[in-house]
Amino acid sequence: MMNITLKVWRQKNCNSKGAFESYPVEGVSPDMSFLEMLDMLNERLIKKGIEPIAFDHDCREGICGTCSMVINGRPHGPIKGVTTCQLHMRSFKDGDNIVIEPYRAKAFPIIKDLVVDRSSFERIMVAGGYVSVRTGNAQDANAIPIGKHEADEAFNAAACIGCGACVASCKNSSAMLFVGAKVSQYALLPQGKPERKDRVLNMVAAMDAEGFGNCSNTGACEATCPKGLNLTHIARLNREYISAVLS
Amino acid sequence: MALDSKIPAGPIETKWTNHKFKMKLVNPANKRKYTVIIVGTGLAGGSAAASLAELGYNVLAFSFHESPRRAHSIAAQGGINAAKNYQNDGDSVHRLFYDTLKGGDYRAREANVHRLAEVSGNIIDQCVAQGVPFAREYGGLLDNRSFGGAQVSRTFYAKGQTGQQLLLGAYSAMNKQISEGRVQFFPRHEMLDLVVVDGKARGIVTRDLNTGEVKSWAADAVLLATGGYGNVFFLSTNAMYSNATAAWRAHKKGAFFANPCFTQIHPTCIPVSSGHQSKLTLMSESLRNDGRVWVPKKAGDNRPANQIPEDERDYYLERLYPSFGNLVPRDVASRRAKEMCDKEHGVGATKLAVYLDFSDAIKRLGKAGVEERYGNLFDMYQQITGENPYEVPMRIYPAVHYTMGGLWVDYNLQSTVPGLFVLGEANFSDHGANRLGASALMQGLADGYFVIPYTLGDYLATKGTDKLTTSHEAFKKSEEDVKAVTKKLLAVKGKTTVDEFHKKLGLIMWDYVGMARNEAGLKHALEEIRKIRDEFWKDVLVPGSETEFNQELEKAHRVADFIELGELMALDALERNESCGGHFREEYQTEDGEAQRDDEKYAYVAAWEFKGVGEKPELHKENLTFEYVKPSQRSYK
Repeated sequence: MMNITLKVWRQKNCNSKGAFESYPVEGVSPDMSFLEMLDMLNERLIKKGIEPIAFDHDCREGICGTCSMVINGRPHGPIKGVTTCQLHMRSFKDGDNIVIEPYRAKAFPIIKDLVVDRSSFERIMVAGGYVSVRTGNAQDANAIPIGKHEADEAFNAAACIGCGACVASCKNSSAMLFVGAKVSQYALLPQGKPERKDRVLNMVAAMDAEGFGNCSNTGACEATCPKGLNLTHIARLNREYISAVLS
Repeated sequence: MALDSKIPAGPIETKWTNHKFKMKLVNPANKRKYTVIIVGTGLAGGSAAASLAELGYNVLAFSFHESPRRAHSIAAQGGINAAKNYQNDGDSVHRLFYDTLKGGDYRAREANVHRLAEVSGNIIDQCVAQGVPFAREYGGLLDNRSFGGAQVSRTFYAKGQTGQQLLLGAYSAMNKQISEGRVQFFPRHEMLDLVVVDGKARGIVTRDLNTGEVKSWAADAVLLATGGYGNVFFLSTNAMYSNATAAWRAHKKGAFFANPCFTQIHPTCIPVSSGHQSKLTLMSESLRNDGRVWVPKKAGDNRPANQIPEDERDYYLERLYPSFGNLVPRDVASRRAKEMCDKEHGVGATKLAVYLDFSDAIKRLGKAGVEERYGNLFDMYQQITGENPYEVPMRIYPAVHYTMGGLWVDYNLQSTVPGLFVLGEANFSDHGANRLGASALMQGLADGYFVIPYTLGDYLATKGTDKLTTSHEAFKKSEEDVKAVTKKLLAVKGKTTVDEFHKKLGLIMWDYVGMARNEAGLKHALEEIRKIRDEFWKDVLVPGSETEFNQELEKAHRVADFIELGELMALDALERNESCGGHFREEYQTEDGEAQRDDEKYAYVAAWEFKGVGEKPELHKENLTFEYVKPSQRSYK
């Protein structure tokens, strides 16, 4: 069993001023997940009459993209390719001090404590993150053959879970990896070709309007992305954007 | 009240086609005069929202999530079935129909299941057209894999993230409609009541989870696509927020709840490690394509897996079921794992696990070959357990995964409350007593893309338009009721947290209403659950207030409903004196330990009518008739 100390950002709501609070947590098992450690702390806080720490989480298996905190300066914590919910306490040591903050970005206002509002991502997707196809009698699925290489690359782009860690890790709070992933997926597939120009223009315009910054190629997003999305998608986004503007 | 399933007449192959023609249509110009509420925007709700908005209806879509992409459909791993027969291995609509009905242990409606099989191929076409990146072969065509309960390869997949990709497809279709203004999406809004006016579902009351605001919404029809109730057990593979509150509150307003005891325990999950565990993680059933399940032959064998020689291992599924082997349906695989552990052949520290071994697959396919198929699942396993499954066999144990039961619906997906339709896992309709792998995604999308767009039109065309608004007194009454429950929860100020109650309930459910049930255990569970309910309302501790973001208050509402639903599940399991699919009553088994159905007495859907908290609900029976597939003892030998 380990004893650790958490330094957690507490903020009542988006209008109030926040501050760090320290909480010693005793009796932490290395087999616990990070969020189970927070569950345990919250149960203790509730019994002491202290408001539990609000944090976002849901599937706890690394796919829904809901969990969103910054642990010791890194979105999703220290392990590469892992979301906060899959992080386990065996990644920490007895006596550790762990700092937990919400994502910090203009386009992700804080709702409470560690919970942020990522609806800006929704508005970008609404601006063009789709292929316009009506429900009905689509052509037979095998009528659109797609080379395995393109299909796999499109899948890699589509693996984005929309968690926003790319934004939180970027000094410019840029959402270009998030946007680049969706633009890439459809640019690689024949189904996405007819709308590719409008899509990239509309999604980039929405991204700018939400207050996300630009990419300056530091690569922090790639290093942080729990699903291993890489800068190629940003390069493809730039290429798609330039060709849409110029043609 | 007699239950009318409204199954159309005629031969099974033409029922749906004829029904579609006979149903009334709403004129294109009139569709915009109708408003439809959709609660839940996972696969079923999201696909319904997109499809209905494309038709021209005004759609108001609600989710307690911040985005439709967070719905738990996203976590489905292995794949989606469709009778495409791309593999030329003998698949057909009839075979998918047959496999699904048999897999469900003959407790589903033939007509529903056939319709599901009929539209399955169209779902794949639709998803590919949306740009869903399914796995492909080098020639550019779609790849398939096989799944439990079937002897053909009909499962389409996108690595171990099929649910994610299908959900993002439905989400993208929904986003297109949001951009055109035909869908209004309300994130972080939880439905806390159904509003019924003149006997018809006419709206809902929600709580804005950010601000606490309680608000009414009126519509011409209400669709629930709110998922299953596996979290009654506390520990399950469901997401932490997954809950039954919308469905349960609709039940309290008159929607019958069908077959609540039909729960699916998935055989391949990562075992519980200790009491702090908050949820369980599924390892896709697709792993059983290449992994071999075994336990040591000797009871109480404590040697590590690698030190147990081949001839001292019992590959019990291959031994007991030579033709299906490791790919027997979920209920069978789960029960056998429990049996092995009960007989002290379990492995790992807790002895509540069996091995799923990939060493033969790694020899055959190479490490890279296995990684290509299951890489993300292996990574996930290692992250959670700290063990490398390429080197040591995985340890797995069954966990609650899916609920076949749900709100009763007729062939048109309409509940017993006119105007209330129920889609996806939230309804009871297509899987009988056990769902086959890769069929949940199929059913969710079938309901949303291809069934409700037709059947809802028929209802609305018959109902006609009117000018009902939320100023009607029924809405005010519902709002007051919702606020009163919230106030009551906050006012208890007891000593026990919501999670403590939830865990207590979960243990009772798992021990007595889980993988194996018996009369004495179920009676004991009923008493215990009632005690938990009484204690909950006397001693629950909910911090904070109702006018703010308050996750404990959200949970308190949900757990209050889980407790009541848990009681109904135990009651239903007690009343069904037979074993079928996921419902295994120890008193009713064959000599080989298989589920023993009683078709003479129990070939019916048990639909329960709510009569008040603490009152015995009334049982209504919908008799099941089988014209095309003769029920037999399921055999996977």
